[in-house]
Amino acid sequence: MSITVEEVFETVNMTVHQHFDIRTVTLGINLKDCMDRDLTKFCNRIYKRIVEKGKLLNIYADKIQHKYGIPITNRRISVTPVSLLLEPLPRTTKAAVRVVKTLDKAASNAGIDFLGGFGAMVQKGMTSSDENLIKSIPEALSKTKRVCGFLNLASTQAGMNMTAISEFGHILKKLAAMTKDGIGCAKIAVFANVPEDNPFMAGANHGVGEPDFSLNIGISGPGVVRNVIASNPDCDLTALSEVIKGTVFKITRAGELIGREMAEQMKVDFGIVDISLASTTAKGDSVAQIIEAMGVSVMGRPGSTAALALLIDAVKKGGAMASGNVGGLSGTFIPVSEDDGMIKAVKSGALNLEKLEALTSVCSVGLDMFAVPGNTPAEVLSAIIADELAIGVANNKTTSVRVIPVPGKRSGQMVHFGGLLGSAPIMKVPKIAAPDFIARQGRIPAPIKALRN
Amino acid sequence: MVTDKESQICIVTVTGKDKVGIIANLSIAMSKANINIVDVNQKIMEDYFVMTMACDMAKATINMEQIQKRLDRIAKNMSLNITFQHEKIFKMMHRI
Repeated sequence: MSITVEEVFETVNMTVHQHFDIRTVTLGINLKDCMDRDLTKFCNRIYKRIVEKGKLLNIYADKIQHKYGIPITNRRISVTPVSLLLEPLPRTTKAAVRVVKTLDKAASNAGIDFLGGFGAMVQKGMTSSDENLIKSIPEALSKTKRVCGFLNLASTQAGMNMTAISEFGHILKKLAAMTKDGIGCAKIAVFANVPEDNPFMAGANHGVGEPDFSLNIGISGPGVVRNVIASNPDCDLTALSEVIKGTVFKITRAGELIGREMAEQMKVDFGIVDISLASTTAKGDSVAQIIEAMGVSVMGRPGSTAALALLIDAVKKGGAMASGNVGGLSGTFIPVSEDDGMIKAVKSGALNLEKLEALTSVCSVGLDMFAVPGNTPAEVLSAIIADELAIGVANNKTTSVRVIPVPGKRSGQMVHFGGLLGSAPIMKVPKIAAPDFIARQGRIPAPIKALRN
Repeated sequence: MVTDKESQICIVTVTGKDKVGIIANLSIAMSKANINIVDVNQKIMEDYFVMTMACDMAKATINMEQIQKRLDRIAKNMSLNITFQHEKIFKMMHRI
């Protein structure tokens, strides 16, 4: 059956007027075979591989975006978790920082804006290499531009590493103090149940279960979904769910086509399509505005959690029908600073940190890109992280936290990060949370649902 | 460029205000590049004039990027929006 004018118009309208794009193509690269006890030899090997593959990634992404007329906004690389690669090397900050600088330079030379994987899987315990990496985070991320970090601090199978969570509060404070407006903290996310094939930053990494190379696609399209909801103002919620499913099916199919074809051309494995709705600060590209289009007065007010639950379920059902390779985070991102509707909701008082946490329990990926006063104590940061990760552990899902304590700012003020990272109102947090609880350290045991075998 | 195996049909989509010379200008650009026009449709939708033109790139003398640049020039001169995409994207998105 030939394609009708209406169908062509629908697709063209999505890209031209509703910001539909392939948000990222992320090439996962295994670096385990580059490991060496000689730091220079190791750095030379990883540099060569990343530059070579990164340049190819850009060439093929350009070609395919011309062919299909769908913009591929970001081209990124994820690598083997770096703490693993540091194992044979001296346990010094100097060694870790040199590796991160090499990754940064390689990304820059290859024309890649962000490279993920500077991180560790420490949900249960830490090797001395993991400890060294965590200690190096402030210097490594403040002295580089393109490298992103992640830590998996908890999982449903292992429980929560409260020793690492407690330490990470102090690491965040140090990193914030070393970068303008604490912006370095935007480059690191901590997780419960981190996926090993996530194409989105800051948490992208190429996990140990992955092949040598794997091409992962992050689709987007909050604008497309908002538009279809707005053009169905009178249908009931069952019908609305169907409408969202149908739309997400279409945009996921575009991602599947582009990922599969690009992987074939690059002669690498096709990994997954991540069907997360990812907002940007561009007009209309907001998840909060989707919730409002569904009929909630302001994102954050009662009704938001139910609306978000409906949205994500419909997104997952449409995406799963469209691709057999759905993976990564596949949630709905509600970053505060990168979403116009979220910024407005916080400013108006409709959305506070507590409601944001509640929203993340039904579907979304976590507390993302929110700013708090610079003088927030480390234990409060750790306690916020512990609460959010507990939601992931108990509900068998991924949750993450990316929080920015902005030095010198008080709640109610604004901070402007610029570019993709947007700007954020400083959210109110208490000055004391759970100091004695956090100071106990140790591990919160895995929940009973971990005993599934 | 498209490979030998797959179809080499691309779809030109024009949206904007209807005016004299749209098809003429597109046809000239296509014939100069030895691209065969296989189908043309048009409609008014949501106040937009929408025209789609299916073209066969099999014997084209230039690649997709080059034809896109020429179409961009026409779009600018005639104040229209013109896109040029391989037909596979539409089949993937609109057919199960």
